[in-house]
Amino acid sequence: MSNDRPRIGVYVCHCGTNIAGVVDVKAVAEHASGLPGVELARDYSYMCSDPGQAMIRKDIEEKGLNRVIVASCSPRMHELTFRGALDDAGLNPYYLEMANIREQDSWVTEDHDLATDKAKKLVDAAVAKVSLLEALEQKEVDVTPACLIIGAGIAGIQAALDIADAGFRVYLVDKDPSVGGHMAQLDKTFPTLDCSACILTPKMVDVGNHPNIELMTYSQLENVEGFVGNFKAAIRKKARYVDADKCTGCNLCAESCRLANRIPSEFEEGIGNRSAIYLPFPQAVPAIYTVDPERCLQLTKGKCGKEGPACAAACAADAVDFEQEDEVVEVDAGTIIVATGYDIFDAKRKPEYGYGDNDNVITGLEFERLVSASGPTEGHILLGRDKKGEGGWEPKKVAFIHCVGSRDESVGNEYCSRVCCMYLAKQAHLIREKLPDAEINVFYMDVRAFGKGFEEFYDRVRREGVRYIRGNPSEIYRKGDDDHTMIIKVEDTLTSTPLESEADLVVLGVGLEPRRDNREIIDIFKLSQSADGFYLEAHPKLRPVDTASAGIFLAGCCQGPKDIPDAVAQAKGAASSALILLASGRVAVEAQVAFVSPDECRGCGFCVDVCPFGAIELVEENRMGNIVGVAEVNEALCKGCGSCAAACLSGAIQPKSFRDEQILPQIAVLGVKI
Amino acid sequence: MNIEHGTFVEKYDLLGCIQCGRCTGGCPVTVRTDLNVRLFVYETVDDDRLEALSEKHEIWDCTTCNNCALRCPKGLDPFEVLLGLRSMQVEEGNIEPTAISALESVFNNGNPWGKPRALRCNWMEDIEGVEKVRILEKGEKADVLIHTCCTACYDPRIIPLARNLVRVMEKAGVDYGFIGEEETDCGSEVRRLGEEGLFEMLDEDNTELFDAYDSGRIVCLSPHCYNTFKNECENIKTPVLHYTELVAEIIREGKLELTGEIDSKVVYHDPCYLGKKNKVFDEPRYILGRIPGIELMEFNQSREISLCCEGGGGKMWVESESKEQRLSETRILDAKEMGADIVAVACPFCLLTLEDALKAKGFDEEMRVADILELLGESI
Repeated sequence: MSNDRPRIGVYVCHCGTNIAGVVDVKAVAEHASGLPGVELARDYSYMCSDPGQAMIRKDIEEKGLNRVIVASCSPRMHELTFRGALDDAGLNPYYLEMANIREQDSWVTEDHDLATDKAKKLVDAAVAKVSLLEALEQKEVDVTPACLIIGAGIAGIQAALDIADAGFRVYLVDKDPSVGGHMAQLDKTFPTLDCSACILTPKMVDVGNHPNIELMTYSQLENVEGFVGNFKAAIRKKARYVDADKCTGCNLCAESCRLANRIPSEFEEGIGNRSAIYLPFPQAVPAIYTVDPERCLQLTKGKCGKEGPACAAACAADAVDFEQEDEVVEVDAGTIIVATGYDIFDAKRKPEYGYGDNDNVITGLEFERLVSASGPTEGHILLGRDKKGEGGWEPKKVAFIHCVGSRDESVGNEYCSRVCCMYLAKQAHLIREKLPDAEINVFYMDVRAFGKGFEEFYDRVRREGVRYIRGNPSEIYRKGDDDHTMIIKVEDTLTSTPLESEADLVVLGVGLEPRRDNREIIDIFKLSQSADGFYLEAHPKLRPVDTASAGIFLAGCCQGPKDIPDAVAQAKGAASSALILLASGRVAVEAQVAFVSPDECRGCGFCVDVCPFGAIELVEENRMGNIVGVAEVNEALCKGCGSCAAACLSGAIQPKSFRDEQILPQIAVLGVKI
Repeated sequence: MNIEHGTFVEKYDLLGCIQCGRCTGGCPVTVRTDLNVRLFVYETVDDDRLEALSEKHEIWDCTTCNNCALRCPKGLDPFEVLLGLRSMQVEEGNIEPTAISALESVFNNGNPWGKPRALRCNWMEDIEGVEKVRILEKGEKADVLIHTCCTACYDPRIIPLARNLVRVMEKAGVDYGFIGEEETDCGSEVRRLGEEGLFEMLDEDNTELFDAYDSGRIVCLSPHCYNTFKNECENIKTPVLHYTELVAEIIREGKLELTGEIDSKVVYHDPCYLGKKNKVFDEPRYILGRIPGIELMEFNQSREISLCCEGGGGKMWVESESKEQRLSETRILDAKEMGADIVAVACPFCLLTLEDALKAKGFDEEMRVADILELLGESI
């Protein structure tokens, strides 16, 4: 067909008023109809709609069009839509060219005349290129029936269970010794006051027991190669120095550890202690102890007491093994879900609140451990305990502070963290429950109770005698040499009264931030970040769990702050997206890939260096007795980005549909002299 | 309401405000005046009200300590709105006679203290161990060009600071020099009194003056001059330092030995323009820590939450009407309660206000206020 005389159809989209409000679409269509090779040109309100696509199909069938140009939005938006229309009408889908007259034209100017002129130019350029396009063949590859999930918080756990229940293999990887993530640390959950552990631990047990789930805790993703359907991941299972098969989780090792209860526990947010050999918390899954290699005397100093490691001596199962080494395992997966979660805002970055200097200024997450029945104080609100965790006093005036590290450009976080309003309301309720006589003040600037049951809960908490004062505190400092009382400098903005409010416990409503170690995941998966630093979804509305890379999905707070139900919903969405690929078993790969003219290739390898997808390698070729290197493209890996073509000195490597002889005439029409 | 014209709206980004209250919440003078800077940000959106708002006496209560700007989650500088209102009043001549004389003196003599320019260098005579204070010729090269600060040139209480700085420079062998009689006011207080026109003139004069010397760095004695040259005179390209930064550097490099013991409990008071505004917290503490015998203490309100002494923002010339306890007195009482012997400062204004408060409280027998330069003078 490519030898046939071009019969081009041009379709100019109004996109409602998005384009037609600025560009004279009728004039553009009329202009296009006079261009060489153009059989017909039409304009229509929404080309992407059913009637719009039907129009294209009908014209192909009835008028014998062999090339199609749609002048509308970005190809990122609807190229696939229109390729489908061509395909349905029996025309090779790669005979389509799009002219972006929305993002690159109507959206960026209010000058109607200039916009119309530019739209005509862009259509001219598309016409210059479209006849030169070649038919391309869409290829399919098999999908490995397994999913790799990075992060085993509630999002990763939920996605893993859904996929495993559907009958596919799941590799669930977490850096920590136990699954559970932040949700395992929480006491009760808003607004229903379900006990977090009660609803989470059954799911943790399920992922531990599920025949389709291989749990890899205390493990780190090192590298991922491959492409949608065929990923290969290298995972480092860090040495626990405990034989997982022998350990019975009896706790005798931890009790006998010479550093027993002397190391701040990560799980307890530092308000409780653990040993150097430890289980993060009693319900941890798997119930296998781990030796902390940075604290253990045997591992750091080579020696533990005169008689050697007490843990090993105490272990009846002979599970402690200081010779154990890291192990790197490889797994194959067709799809990947990234569910790496968040970090809480480091309150030390707002020194005016005195966090770190004053022991009775704590974060919301520390409060969760303080109020939890399974926490270091067994749920008693006790401050100022001694080193052994004994003694302490109950606060009489408790202050909660909203928006610490959220909605705050001075710390670079412009966004709202979405959970703090409600978790502080819940915590205020828990204080009221445990300390009926305490004075409770919540300092806020807005209360965002937007979720199901949130407003009702906020109302309940206020009526329980929790005073909401509208003003975000400016400073917190100790009152004289009083160890308990803090002064909160704040304005009651509703009465315009500056206050020096007193409290003996201040809970900071710290926000959610992208994980501080997210760089390694970004580098491995080449993920994009939105302006707030969280991982970027492929489309903010319509592809909220997809990434720009096919087969890799997002779930939970790594994509943005979320509460538990939203994280679970997104995890189920990501699982469903992954299952579509796994269940169909086949996936189409990019047809617009780079190809090499071997005779022109000089074997310099520049393309190999610049390729962001590792899709090119040099292979040896025997040319009349001379062994030369020639670039070869792995079409399954190539995304057609064109970096190789830009780097190639001899023009030997070219992306299909974007070859020099196809795009140079297009550029020339736009008035660029080449 | 008329947002369209919005002279203040655009200049001060007023629509960015979310009325969180952090500015007023942290404002140190709210304990003794009616000033509510948040309300001014809220109300100056309306152009038609600007005139009436500029007539409110509270706009003169602001010490420009920068707390509100530091706390604002939206990056606004709320106190600048008050300076904008002040300048409306200055244009009409509606300001205190004392402030008028100060501004006139800056215009005529290059200093706000009503002193002749010819006497600007009198402080340089007969400094212990110094043959002659070096005054640079135009075009002359020096590693460090020192800007004295008008107050250190003329105020007998502050002059010793400048003299001690010279002694430190000589002792450490620093290649330093002064401008001499031609040195002029930095414009910090001029701008804060709302005289924008005069400030622009001083900005140009100072930029031209500094350009005339071949110096590697400009070192200021006062945090107020330092801040102005560093952040507000956009065309000064030479790096600007506060003296504490330079002295900390030469001590670290081993060029200055501190031998004389000062056997005292010292609490350091962070000057707003050095600390809050420019985040120089550690250097002054480092210097004090290197003086033998000193036991360094901290106020509950220190560093980022330091309490303002009320010396800045033109307050040297505009007396507060409030009968409430001065913040400088609060500070001295806190120091007394902690058992401090010396309240150390690194700013001429802080020295004057805190010393006044100390005398007013009658503590001059058991405590003293001293600039770090004076303590250095005692230790070298």
